[in-house]
Amino acid sequence: MELTEIADVEIDTLLDAIRRRYDYDFSQYARSSLKRRINGLLIKERLDMPYQLIPRILYDEEVFNRFLSELSVTVTEMYRDPEFFLDIVKSIFPVLETYPYFKIWHAGCATGEEAYSLAILLKEAGLLNRAKIYATDYNNKSIDIAKQGIYSAENIELSKSSYLKSGGKHDFSDYYTDHFEAIKFNDELKKSITFAYHNLVKDGVFGEMNLIICRNVFIYFDKELQDYVLNLFNESATSKGFLCLGNKETIRFSMLKDKYNILSESNSIYRKKA
Amino acid sequence: MNNAAGEIKCIVIGVSAGGFEALSYLLTQLPADFSLPIAIVQHRIADNECYLAQYLNMDSDIEVRDVVDKEAIHSGVVYIAPPDYHLLIERGDYFSLSRDEKVNYSRPSIDVLFESAADIYQQACLAIILTGKNHDGAIGLAKVVAAGGTAIVQDPTTAKASQMPTAAIRNVPSAVVLTLTEITRYLITLADKQQSFL
Repeated sequence: MELTEIADVEIDTLLDAIRRRYDYDFSQYARSSLKRRINGLLIKERLDMPYQLIPRILYDEEVFNRFLSELSVTVTEMYRDPEFFLDIVKSIFPVLETYPYFKIWHAGCATGEEAYSLAILLKEAGLLNRAKIYATDYNNKSIDIAKQGIYSAENIELSKSSYLKSGGKHDFSDYYTDHFEAIKFNDELKKSITFAYHNLVKDGVFGEMNLIICRNVFIYFDKELQDYVLNLFNESATSKGFLCLGNKETIRFSMLKDKYNILSESNSIYRKKA
Repeated sequence: MNNAAGEIKCIVIGVSAGGFEALSYLLTQLPADFSLPIAIVQHRIADNECYLAQYLNMDSDIEVRDVVDKEAIHSGVVYIAPPDYHLLIERGDYFSLSRDEKVNYSRPSIDVLFESAADIYQQACLAIILTGKNHDGAIGLAKVVAAGGTAIVQDPTTAKASQMPTAAIRNVPSAVVLTLTEITRYLITLADKQQSFL
């Protein structure tokens, strides 16, 4: 057996231990980026080899929590990719406007920045009171941060500029209060979003969603897991429901290809056929 | 410049400042039926514009395009890492993307691509560092060589920006140092030679 194959056995063994001990299954994550993340944790834990993580993770839940954080750390910000938000305001909101009531599922919301970004745009379109927004993630720590709605003010200038580029009509500062070096979103926004735990790998369908947003989560999955999760989304979406993926994620290589129309290739916006 | 197995399966290129000019020169010389896949990380600003691949594609015979997540790797295509994503290679000859934190202040990072290419292709990996003003790629290039792959670096005295090639040579003294013209000629010969074996 070659050294790289042995290294794969080592990672498989680690993932198997995690699955059996904590019921988190990472075996279908894209292996190359998973390896990078594991290496990142090894450096932080001052270990040399992945197998050394096994006893620590098995017997110390805190080490597992750090593993989970290392894996679920996402680079996110308010109005990440403004052209995407601008696009949904133009192409999806006019359809939502014709519904008396609609449901949105933001899957893999991490610490919630994009869910708040969306809620603000819905409010400006006069649609927030008709919307039920579910924002889910598999990391409870991220969910707690999202529920609080408190964020560092460090990147506020970038947020303000991205808000305007996304089609924001007012002043971003209308939506939060300043607390020294942090901002806190208004209660109205916080109440409009239900943040909840949901693991795409093992949890079930979220029913009757008119709009499903899951951006830059798929890139971490292998093709089979992507297919599985796309199927979950398909079952969760209403007829003619919208599906939004990350800019470089596509349903082109999946079974869903023929069941959806492409509304925007560059922003990966799809609509389920009737 | 022979590697143990004698066969290259994938070419990876890292390039930064001065890259557009260098890539334009290199890619326009390659024939449309070039028999190897090429994956490129060119440092670029984080926006959603894909003009780099578009421009290079317009001027080249060989197909040049931005990578989409989980895209299969085919010979005779030049794949460019999209802005603001790391580009990685997975077992089974396809790409994956990641938005993990920046490496060497860069996303995409050359080290990230080279390390995964070394891991997957081992001695069948050919890695090339071209012009640039930082040291991204030096660590990745060392991993390619450690896995048995081949390393080529553009001669710093002929590169538009010498820092990146210089850092790569310092970290990988065994790397073959060539001018851009020589690198281009080598790639064409290599692809021809391998094709004639098929």
